[in-house]
Amino acid sequence: MSLTHEMLFKTLADPTRRAIFERLCRQGEQTVAALTAQAGVSQPAVSKHLGALKQAGLVLDRHEGRQTHYSAQPRALTPLIDWTGQMTSFWESRFDDLENLLKRMDQ
Amino acid sequence: MTETATETRTVTVEREIAYPPEKIWRALTQPHLIEEWLMKSDFAPVTGHRFDFRADWGSVACEVLEVEPNRTLAYSWGAMGLESVVTWTLTPSGAGTHLRMEQTGFRADQQQAYHGAKFGWSKFFANLEQVLGRTE
Repeated sequence: MSLTHEMLFKTLADPTRRAIFERLCRQGEQTVAALTAQAGVSQPAVSKHLGALKQAGLVLDRHEGRQTHYSAQPRALTPLIDWTGQMTSFWESRFDDLENLLKRMDQ
Repeated sequence: MTETATETRTVTVEREIAYPPEKIWRALTQPHLIEEWLMKSDFAPVTGHRFDFRADWGSVACEVLEVEPNRTLAYSWGAMGLESVVTWTLTPSGAGTHLRMEQTGFRADQQQAYHGAKFGWSKFFANLEQVLGRTE
């Protein structure tokens, strides 16, 4: 339940942003223009999504002349992919606390 | 859509507990007791009741989905943009209780919650696991 976790979830909760990120994962490095052509939203909107993805460490940008190229950093997702593992530890420790409480309770 | 793409992700924790279901039920449903092992809340064991679990790191938005005293308790668990369902099952066993917690998220029918999202979470994860597998 770290901040990193929360930021990743929040960043990817937006379906358009998730779609952009997924496209970068599948098709490799792309320019903003190329992404806009496929995204179905305006270029400023795509840039804004890319900014959020960059802030979360999910994409890297590379400037070449007037163009900015974006590439996915799928490794940033490792903590998110491990959601199941994180939640299991969370509940295991809650079970420990529950058992401790039951010992202290009457009856 | 393949089976894999709509598969749910589930976390299950089970334990044999040396106390009867009735006692565990109290710990699961009385706010002053819930607070001692889980989080602060204004929980009430009433189907449809909405409440929040609150902690230092944030809060979890919940709604009670199922209440069967001393046997089953289920509530939705909305945190960090993810909807899941937490289900508690209490089964008498010997002198105590077999307590099972199952948290299920990313169900196919929950993709509706993402307002027509083209890319549901489960498909997204299935794709990403492939991507991560490739980059290892």
